Amino acid sequence: IMCASAKYNTRGPALIPRMKTKHRIYYITLFSIVLLGLIATGMFQFWPHSIESSSDWTVEKRSIHDVPVVKLPADSPIPERGDLSCRMHTCFDVYKCGFNPKNKIKVYIYSLKKYVDEYGTSVSNTISREYNELLTAISDSEFYTDDVNRACLFVPSIDVLNQNALRIKETAQALAQLSRWDRGTNHLLFNMLPGGPPDYNTALDVPRDRALLAGGGFSTWTYRQGYDVSIPVYSPLSGEVDLPERGPGPRRYFILSSQMALHPEYRLELEALQAENGESVLILDKCTNLSEGVPAVRKRCYKNQVFDYPQVLQESTFCVVLRGARLGQAVLSDVLQAGCVPVIIADSYILPFSEVLDWKRASVVIPEEKMPEMYSILQTIPQRQIEEMQRQARWFWEAYFRSMKAIALATLQIINDRIYPYAAISYEEWNDPPAVKWSSVSNPLFLPLIPPQSQGFTAIVLTYDRVESLFRVITEVSKVPSLSKLLVVWNNQNKNPPEDSLWPKIRVPLKVVRTAENKLSNRFFPYDEIETEAVLAIDDDIIMLTSDELQFGYEVWREFPDRLVGYPGRLHLWDHEMNKWKYESEWTNEVSMVLTGAAFYHKYFNYLYTYKMPGDIKNWVDAHMNCEDIAMNFLVANVTGKSVIKVTPRKKFKCPECTAIDGLSLDQTHMVERSECINKFASVFGTMPLKVVEHRADPVLYKDDFPEKLKSFPNIGSL
Amino acid sequence: MQTRKKYIFLTFLASWLLLFFFGGDQLRRFAFFSGRKTKARRNWPHWTDRSLLKNFADPEELQRDGDPSLPSPRERRAAWLSVHKSSRCQMETCFDLSRCEKHGFKVFTYPQERDQPVSESYGKILSSIERSRYHTPNPEEACLFILGIDTLDRDHLSGQYVRNVDEKIRGFPLWNGGRNHLIFNLYSGTWPNYTGDLGFDIGQAILAKASFDTESFRPGFDVSIPLFPKDHPQRGGERGWLYRDSVPPKKKYLLVFKGKRYLTGIGSGTRNALHHIHNGKDIISLTTCKHGKDWEKHKDTRCDKDNVDYEKFDYQELLHNSTFCIVPRGRRLGSFRFLEALQAACIPVLLSDGWELPFAEVIDWGKAAVVGSERLLLQIPSAIRCIHPERVLAFQQQTQFLWDAYFSSVDKIVHTTLEIIKDRLSPHRSRSRFLWNALPGGLLVLPDFSTQLGDFPFYYLQHGSSPSKKFTAFIRAVSQAGSLSQPILRLIQAVSGSQYCAQIVVLWSCEKPPPPSGKWPQTTVPLTIIQGRRKPSDRFFPFEAIQTDAVLSLDEHSSLSTSEVDFAFVVWRSFPERIVGFPAQSHFWDAEQGRWGYTSKWTNELSIVLTAAAFYHRYYHSLFTEYLPAGLRELVDGLAACEDILMNVLVAAVTKLPPIKVTQRKQHKEEVPQQAGCRDGAAGTPPPGERSPSAPRSAPAKAKGTAGSRSFSQRQDCLNQLADWFGYMPLVSSQLRLDPVLFKDQVSVLRKKYPRLEK
Repeated sequence: IMCASAKYNTRGPALIPRMKTKHRIYYITLFSIVLLGLIATGMFQFWPHSIESSSDWTVEKRSIHDVPVVKLPADSPIPERGDLSCRMHTCFDVYKCGFNPKNKIKVYIYSLKKYVDEYGTSVSNTISREYNELLTAISDSEFYTDDVNRACLFVPSIDVLNQNALRIKETAQALAQLSRWDRGTNHLLFNMLPGGPPDYNTALDVPRDRALLAGGGFSTWTYRQGYDVSIPVYSPLSGEVDLPERGPGPRRYFILSSQMALHPEYRLELEALQAENGESVLILDKCTNLSEGVPAVRKRCYKNQVFDYPQVLQESTFCVVLRGARLGQAVLSDVLQAGCVPVIIADSYILPFSEVLDWKRASVVIPEEKMPEMYSILQTIPQRQIEEMQRQARWFWEAYFRSMKAIALATLQIINDRIYPYAAISYEEWNDPPAVKWSSVSNPLFLPLIPPQSQGFTAIVLTYDRVESLFRVITEVSKVPSLSKLLVVWNNQNKNPPEDSLWPKIRVPLKVVRTAENKLSNRFFPYDEIETEAVLAIDDDIIMLTSDELQFGYEVWREFPDRLVGYPGRLHLWDHEMNKWKYESEWTNEVSMVLTGAAFYHKYFNYLYTYKMPGDIKNWVDAHMNCEDIAMNFLVANVTGKSVIKVTPRKKFKCPECTAIDGLSLDQTHMVERSECINKFASVFGTMPLKVVEHRADPVLYKDDFPEKLKSFPNIGSL
Repeated sequence: MQTRKKYIFLTFLASWLLLFFFGGDQLRRFAFFSGRKTKARRNWPHWTDRSLLKNFADPEELQRDGDPSLPSPRERRAAWLSVHKSSRCQMETCFDLSRCEKHGFKVFTYPQERDQPVSESYGKILSSIERSRYHTPNPEEACLFILGIDTLDRDHLSGQYVRNVDEKIRGFPLWNGGRNHLIFNLYSGTWPNYTGDLGFDIGQAILAKASFDTESFRPGFDVSIPLFPKDHPQRGGERGWLYRDSVPPKKKYLLVFKGKRYLTGIGSGTRNALHHIHNGKDIISLTTCKHGKDWEKHKDTRCDKDNVDYEKFDYQELLHNSTFCIVPRGRRLGSFRFLEALQAACIPVLLSDGWELPFAEVIDWGKAAVVGSERLLLQIPSAIRCIHPERVLAFQQQTQFLWDAYFSSVDKIVHTTLEIIKDRLSPHRSRSRFLWNALPGGLLVLPDFSTQLGDFPFYYLQHGSSPSKKFTAFIRAVSQAGSLSQPILRLIQAVSGSQYCAQIVVLWSCEKPPPPSGKWPQTTVPLTIIQGRRKPSDRFFPFEAIQTDAVLSLDEHSSLSTSEVDFAFVVWRSFPERIVGFPAQSHFWDAEQGRWGYTSKWTNELSIVLTAAAFYHRYYHSLFTEYLPAGLRELVDGLAACEDILMNVLVAAVTKLPPIKVTQRKQHKEEVPQQAGCRDGAAGTPPPGERSPSAPRSAPAKAKGTAGSRSFSQRQDCLNQLADWFGYMPLVSSQLRLDPVLFKDQVSVLRKKYPRLEK
């Protein structure tokens, strides 16, 4: 009821009464007037909206200094400490989220206030630049709601990104007095720098009861898996420095360490590595004698050499990310931005967004104990893998690290995926870089199944009015042992199909479907009457295929159920002179398409053709009354990444009344049209999905010197 | 339509337009504008002074997040260790990684206690480990230890409960506080609250447990395993029930459940509510109160009706005919139902809050199951109705893949557990989550070979790449004594003539040393000679010398022409995960003898392509040598002419697909001197010419006399032993052969790319 999009019509093209031409003109005029009216209305609705400067009402002219001040009494309640046993099913109130058709959680942001203690001293900085960016991003996102009663998740505007910048007890009191606090249920806090000296806890020390924590620097002991979200420590350099992506490949240094305040013990171990491996290891430190005005954060030094930071990170294959006082380090973000493969040495650290990101593809994690072996471990990684990791590292930065917005939205999406798991974003969507997403194919029929022979196939004959030829086809096809049903798609609206008694008597059910319009796409509709997986599309003039050939075609389809398996093969070629694709029907050594005038394929592709055909191809085909078969070839190849299978030797597809297939193919204009189709479809698909192969399928003993009567399919290739 | 009507319509339209030209402005302001304005006010404001805001941390503070005054990292590590000793174990803190460095990942199983027989299930677990390639009988070498005491059932009311486990394990000299131990458990706790209590102190051991709850589960340390019945097969395992892919899923029911409810106690809430979603049409949700001895005491008002309805449906029938199956928690979190639904391709709808799903560390359950919430039972029907048909199809296929890859036998469950632990030992050489969740599954992907998708034969499409454009010809020479025969010279010539040939590698499996380099023919491609160890399985060793994705495996007496090689390679590039070759044979079920039969006769089907002349991916060398346990390779080395059957069986077990036969020129039979020179050496596979075209119906043995007969019966034995070892017959038959597009067509030879194939 709520999800109309999931439903689709299984009844077939609706019947539309044919109108007389005179009436049609009326309708068209009326329709265009209505359309004009609508456009005019629309224009006037929205016109002034864009004239009046948006600053007038979408953005308020308010200053941070104007926010209301809230005084916290000294004895105002403090929440319990965080509960380590919290999980979504124990501490989170899912009823607040409810079922909604978009499967999106609603997030409410408390308005900004300035909290002061009894003496008027402020509890923290009102808001940091980053937290403001984060809240702005949430409020601009699809997750945002301004209705506190409909919200599923609450984000306080109290900034706890950096624990060192706030007063713990008072901040906790401020949280506790939020209007919907309710022990922190469904509240989300963002924190990047947890803990403080001397013990540096790995999670925010502010008591927060049941609130979820999106924290940077969790350890396995503080992280509540499936409840908290591990986030990166944002590096402000991400916004400041424009570091163009560097192509993957070998770099000047093999290992680079760029962190400034490393513990002396780690530094010693790194220096030992450098002593052993020479110049391929570079250990940088802060510069001691920089001239005035040069920001220390943008320079690194080795002995007397000065390097620009973070640019220098691009000079190394691997970049060390060691734990400091905290587990989460901002340098991770810089390293990823530089496309350097991070070597993470921080035992028990929960990597950012590890719930969804596959860090194995972008980083190397080495236990602290094994630091002395780092060099040899890294050397075992093949160059190709390194290159992939470099690309992956950069992609993680671009998608999930580069801005507070990216961090905020990824966090909300992770929580959203937990609440609506059946609508969750897949592993591939989280992890595959755009280039991989673009070039990779995920076959919808990926399970290697050989469908049982007993299922048989359904033959679909598209016909207009060639009854005599149609009857011959029906009679011929009915001889094929595995035929289980025959469906005639009667595409002629002006003429009734012959009476029942006139049809050939065959051993399987024969059904006639009448269509509303004479469209080629009717041939590919997923009719409910098709009860088998296999469909044989056959034209009403293809009478030259023998029963053995058809049965063999079905057997081949069973071995390749995710492909088009057909008889006449065709090829697409690149025409170098014209700089475009060309259609070829000559006797070639290659095939890339089979004609659907006689082809087996999975019923699923009917579903795809009817409901998922990209662009306007489907309508275009119906309008031009041509190329439905090329469209199907494109569709299947695009979705599976596989070639067609041509079966059995080439035949002369000739018959007295044939106009389709070979008869027509000879026609020059036809060839030009077909070439146009290929070019049109290639541009709609954005790529040329067709695969060229040099093989065709024959029975195992085809043309072998062996008694014909012992062959399963003796009658193959006869003319 | 009448003209009058048309005018009315037009007037109406005109006035509509006028309204918006003149009066609309006011209207718009009132209705539309004010709404936007209030909404805008509530949005997060764009502060005028936002550019003046301070950073959340000083950039330098961020970069210098260190505190040299802190104790050294080593001391800090020691400190955690003492704090978290066993409460929240991590691999770094509770597992001695150094034990695994010297001998690799080796697993030792304690000898079983004499007086204490183990349960059937635990016996299967132990034997799975002993059959695995990681097993070692020597505790000194071991990295992981498995107890001989049955710890599966720790419900002390159960008959299989072993007493005094604590005392026993403390007596083991190897116990070492549980370090590097793996403990299997299926049932923990007891009535009434079924906690995770095992009744003994596991110390620092890793726990592989069914029905794990997320709270006590230690991520990255413990392993959650599925609950499996005691008659779960040791190996092989039944296949899934999905035989057809249909969209929309043509099943009678959308969602079903049939099971007990508990009336009182833990887990009863969820099951008692299930009747609410029953609609008697496409959602069938039936419960019975008949549970335990005294159910009538707790009986509620619904019980009698429920019990009657319950009997009207058959569980198996529901399982077969439903798209989704509710898998609610029982007393414990996991249930047998989970694996049953998975096998039946009935998409599990999990209602078991806080259950750490089996192998969730590596398996992406979001692709195969709907993880529902016990609290939102009533939303389940509408939520699953909204799942798109394509997604349902993908779910169904994924259940089948997961069932077959990780759950269908005790072997698979145990091996998955071991592989997960092994992957943690060297994270940089471990499988990515993608590899675990894509065909053919993590167990068949060896991270020691590579962790790069493009290096395996399975992922070219997902990875958007294609196999390398060259192949390595790999010729095994066995039958020559010191000099080179004519056939091998011809073969080298033919193969090196192929435009796709990158190199030739000759595996010299003779006692005598190979002829000096001067004696070998001059070829345009590099030729390498490797001295073999004269074992049949040697030919599938992952030699360093093989650098291309494709291997063309050849026997020295194979006879091939350059165009045959070219064509077969082009075909292989379309099917890089399969064996693509020339001479083919087939297997069949011999009902009379009740065993598998093998035939080299001309038949209409094929299921084996001889590796005497075949292309396959080089990864299969690694899989053959490293994935298969040593015992199986010894078996093959003991039987003559079995190694190529094993290779075919292995590839079929991985791909579930038949091999591909390509056209071969008519065989001009060459009389191959049988094993000349290397008489006691490795017996080769029968030469391709052995297929007996002249006597198709006679016993194949007759063609070659007694030698052939022996080899034939050995191959049959081999086939049966392999089927037994795998627990099923992996070979798949095919009825087709691939020929060049214009093969034997009536076209001019000049137009044909491979005219020589037709001679």
